[in-house]
Amino acid sequence: MTCLMKVYSGWFAAMLGVLISYDALAESAHVAVAANFRQSMQALVTELEKDSNHKYILSFGSSGKFYGQILHGAPYDLFFSADAVKPKAIANRGLAVSESRFTYATGRLVLLSSRMELAEPARDILTRGTFNKLAIANPKFAPYGVATLEVLEFLDRYEITKSKWVLGENIAQAYQFVDSGNAELGFVALSQVIHQKKYAGVFWLIPDSWHKPIEQQAIMLNKAKNNAAALALINFIKSNKGQNILTNYGYLTPENY
Amino acid sequence: MNLTPDDIDAIWLTLRLATTVTLLLLVLATPIAWWLAKTQSWLKIPIGALVALPLVLPPTVLGFYLLVFMGPNGPIGEFTQALGLGTLPFTFSGLVLASMVYSLPFVVQPIQNAIESIGDRPIEVAATLGAGPFDRFFSVVLPLAKPGFITATILGFAHTVGEFGIVLMMGGSIPQETRVVSIQIYDHVEALQYANAHLLAAIMLCFSFIVLLGLYGFQRKRSGVGLHYGG
Repeated sequence: MTCLMKVYSGWFAAMLGVLISYDALAESAHVAVAANFRQSMQALVTELEKDSNHKYILSFGSSGKFYGQILHGAPYDLFFSADAVKPKAIANRGLAVSESRFTYATGRLVLLSSRMELAEPARDILTRGTFNKLAIANPKFAPYGVATLEVLEFLDRYEITKSKWVLGENIAQAYQFVDSGNAELGFVALSQVIHQKKYAGVFWLIPDSWHKPIEQQAIMLNKAKNNAAALALINFIKSNKGQNILTNYGYLTPENY
Repeated sequence: MNLTPDDIDAIWLTLRLATTVTLLLLVLATPIAWWLAKTQSWLKIPIGALVALPLVLPPTVLGFYLLVFMGPNGPIGEFTQALGLGTLPFTFSGLVLASMVYSLPFVVQPIQNAIESIGDRPIEVAATLGAGPFDRFFSVVLPLAKPGFITATILGFAHTVGEFGIVLMMGGSIPQETRVVSIQIYDHVEALQYANAHLLAAIMLCFSFIVLLGLYGFQRKRSGVGLHYGG
């Protein structure tokens, strides 16, 4: 009888050990993600969750909104901004781990047309001005919007198109304006359209020398200092596998970290 | 800290939108309210529910449907294109239409309640004295239902000024066209211009408080001097 009990208690202790270690391995991280990085982050997390027990809670939106929320105590562990300015500012305010700030991707801009039946290249439509509206991310705060204005300046189409601009609160809304057909042209992120079958081959990839690089940085907030899940995500993005996913979504990735 | 020219544009646009919407709604809502107050038809309940829908629907639902319906492939969009007007999203006219849907119950319901509280008797008396339908409406119903119309005007105007979600979804933040005050505040916050946001937000707060103060003061005065207390 005592022997049996010993076996049981040993087994129980072993189980408990497994449960505890399992628990220690599996953490969750709340990640705030800029709208343009939505599809890529989902792909990254899906891949990462296959190999680990970590769980990721993803929130998507404009970097500006997340920045404001973080200043006011939002409970995020990681912040993936669409620019470098906001992560830097958060670090300067002592809200994040300064050393954790890194450039995770450099964004590419495309011109998209919703008038695919015309089989007319988006570039020609922009040049000839034969469109109703041009959707862009609000350049007042969206990095992709800032780059868009630089491209319009470069093409000498700034003043002439200005009256046709419709501003999305982030790049996702700019894309949605075009996709719903309400705007016939729009500047969106390559990552948003690269895997859309219906847009295959019809968008115009803007040469990246026409605008300043859309350098996108991420940072770990103070609360995540000892969060294994947050660390695992950063390491995964920096790994070859992670880099391949980003390249696959059309981002330029830094050669080395 | 002063208002920027963009802020002032946004304030004018908002006032222009709210005025246009309120005037159009008074014209549209009066017959609807009259019909809802007087009808015996079984349709009264479903139509009443339909009118009240914007009270409970999230602005995202209205904004989404309007964007889809008013877009180039939607039924309203095809209609406006056939008329040579183009599509309505991202235009002032589009916002007027959206705001009319959004503020409809706030204008219909006070008028409907006022007409219902008059009852049939004064109208019948006017009819026996030989007043025609228009005379009966303008000389009897309108003066008696005046408090309802005033409440409807104030609520319709204020509710349109306070509109945000729908405009965000289908406005496109175009200066002097769709960038109303609530959107301008949102843009300021997104751009981290908190001082500008504070100023406009404070103006909105004061405006809304004064409007409600006026409305409640008006209603209290009415119920104080009126024959039917609380009516």
